[in-house]
Amino acid sequence: MVMDIISWISVGLILTTATTILINRDWRVGLGALAVQYLAASWLVTRHLPFAMGSAKLITGWMVVAVLGITRLGLTNLEHEEDTFWPRGQGFTAILMGIVALITMGSTLSIEAAIPGLGLPVIGGGILLIGAGMVHLGVTSDPWRVTIGLLTLLAGFEILYGAVESSILVTGFLALVNLGLGIIGSYLLMAGSSPLEMEDDR
Amino acid sequence: MSAPIIWIAIPFFVGIFSLFILRERSSALIGGVTASVLALIAMVLPIDIALLLGSISIKISPSIQFFGRSFEFNTADRPLLVVVYGISALWFLGTEASGTSRRFVSLGLMIIALLTASIAVEPFLYAALLLEMAAMLVVPLLVPPYQKPGRGPVRFLIYQTLAMPFILFSGWMLAGVEANPGDLGATTQAGIVLGLGFAFLLAVFPLYNWILMLMEESSPYVTGFLLWALPTFIVIFALSFLDHYAWLRNSSQLSNGIQFTGVFMVASGGIFASLQRHIGRILGYAAIAETGLLILVMGLKSSEIVTITFLILISRGLELTVWALALSIIKRKAYSLRFNEVQGLARTYPVAAAALILAHLSMTGFPLLVGFPPRLAIWGELAGQSLGTSFWVFLGMLGLLVGALRTLAVFVMADQGKSWSMNESLTQRTMLALGIFGLFILGIFPQALQPFLANLPSLFEHLGQ
Repeated sequence: MVMDIISWISVGLILTTATTILINRDWRVGLGALAVQYLAASWLVTRHLPFAMGSAKLITGWMVVAVLGITRLGLTNLEHEEDTFWPRGQGFTAILMGIVALITMGSTLSIEAAIPGLGLPVIGGGILLIGAGMVHLGVTSDPWRVTIGLLTLLAGFEILYGAVESSILVTGFLALVNLGLGIIGSYLLMAGSSPLEMEDDR
Repeated sequence: MSAPIIWIAIPFFVGIFSLFILRERSSALIGGVTASVLALIAMVLPIDIALLLGSISIKISPSIQFFGRSFEFNTADRPLLVVVYGISALWFLGTEASGTSRRFVSLGLMIIALLTASIAVEPFLYAALLLEMAAMLVVPLLVPPYQKPGRGPVRFLIYQTLAMPFILFSGWMLAGVEANPGDLGATTQAGIVLGLGFAFLLAVFPLYNWILMLMEESSPYVTGFLLWALPTFIVIFALSFLDHYAWLRNSSQLSNGIQFTGVFMVASGGIFASLQRHIGRILGYAAIAETGLLILVMGLKSSEIVTITFLILISRGLELTVWALALSIIKRKAYSLRFNEVQGLARTYPVAAAALILAHLSMTGFPLLVGFPPRLAIWGELAGQSLGTSFWVFLGMLGLLVGALRTLAVFVMADQGKSWSMNESLTQRTMLALGIFGLFILGIFPQALQPFLANLPSLFEHLGQ
């Protein structure tokens, strides 16, 4: 019973953090929300995987947050790419997140019926994160936000996939993929922001 | 020593080593020699059979355990390893001639090692994760440190990352379908999820826009390498799916869907290539059309699927190496690669222009070139199955041919008074000449590939048997 309550609190946290990341433009707030999101996601992962594997996901996630944070701290003159399409803005993304929440509520029960045993909070949390990630990727091509979007989407996928696959190798590879995405995201942020280094590339 | 250490760990660590230590010129040599030696070992040394050299007995064990799962190569994998590392050697040796950074060899070796691991990992489904890791390593090659990332690399990263969850989930769903084949709903869902995963991975229409963006934004040599390496292993991965799941092989709807997708890519790629005024984008469309051919072959109801697929993959490797190298050399002179900038270039860069045109003609299936034998085999199979499909494939190939003729016309459109000169360096001329020689030799004597092709069907238990 207590476990279920904590799981539902995690789903609530996921909804809040995903919406915050999507709407808020301050990178510090975004990264903080991502760190909390990893905490909630790793709790949901431990519903089906051993605690050690859930902890590995949490540590990996926080490492990614650290990598992105350190990179972003070092960049002072980063220009954010403005969205070039309509509709846009915080209201629009909030509506999109609302739609994701509605779809999650609609689909969670039917997925639980199709795949019994996953658990409603696990399905709800996973679908919410996947939906939030898709919204992110759909509304921007800015490398920073794309990286956050991909990490969000992968976190949702890991919650659901952890319920059906418990291989250590897969967990390890997924951790590497998450770390890799964080590093690639940092690289994309730094690329072009430092003075020309032509000796490396003729 | 075990086979996965030789063909996965060694190239991976050589890649890391050369990233930090070696200088530009020696880096190309180290990469080329490493890949060549690995290809040679695969050709000469058997796997899991003791070889007696005097008093020394050498035996390469086939597998290694890693976190409870195994990475395994068997004797059937040897021709594949020879082809993969042989073509990789060409790419690495061409690095200096193309003027690509030394990181290309280091990251290239690591990418090839990860992709090779994708064919060795058991269960084969986990290959999706290794493909994603390899795709991530490509990004630093596509975006040099001094250049702001364009939309191409970002979109490439998004699509490749989206593919992984689809593939992993589909594998889990397919296991359920195997257990209960009568469940039509589950079968359809698994088919759709799997199809979406491979659509992202193979850049199926309309998900191929990143290829064209990369051809404009990134180094043509790196993009060419990416367009060779990733589809090669993704196609092998897709064949593994067909081999493992009987209902995928036997479903006529799925087979028709695969064929339709392939034909659409061949036709659209060829037609769009004929309309371009940018020689980089033409390469992009030609690669898309050829990926379409590979998909089309996978949908054929034939026992020759594996042989034809590998015949295309080998020719594609050589064609793209030569084409991308020529394009890189031309790009130094005409950065935008647009027709108005490359006009008359055949007089100043004759070898590069000739190599580019020959590689392009080879992709259209021009006789005497390496692309001709696989296309002849495809025509043979298609003619017996569907004339409609044959027509659309013909249209696609015709589009590519028109693109080649337009490029040729632009290259030779110079002022009468302009004198001929050869501005390529000796290394560039040598590499291009070797490439052209290869295009002709393997086109005129395709039977030279027979020793490799003969054993490749044994990679799969059910396909091509």
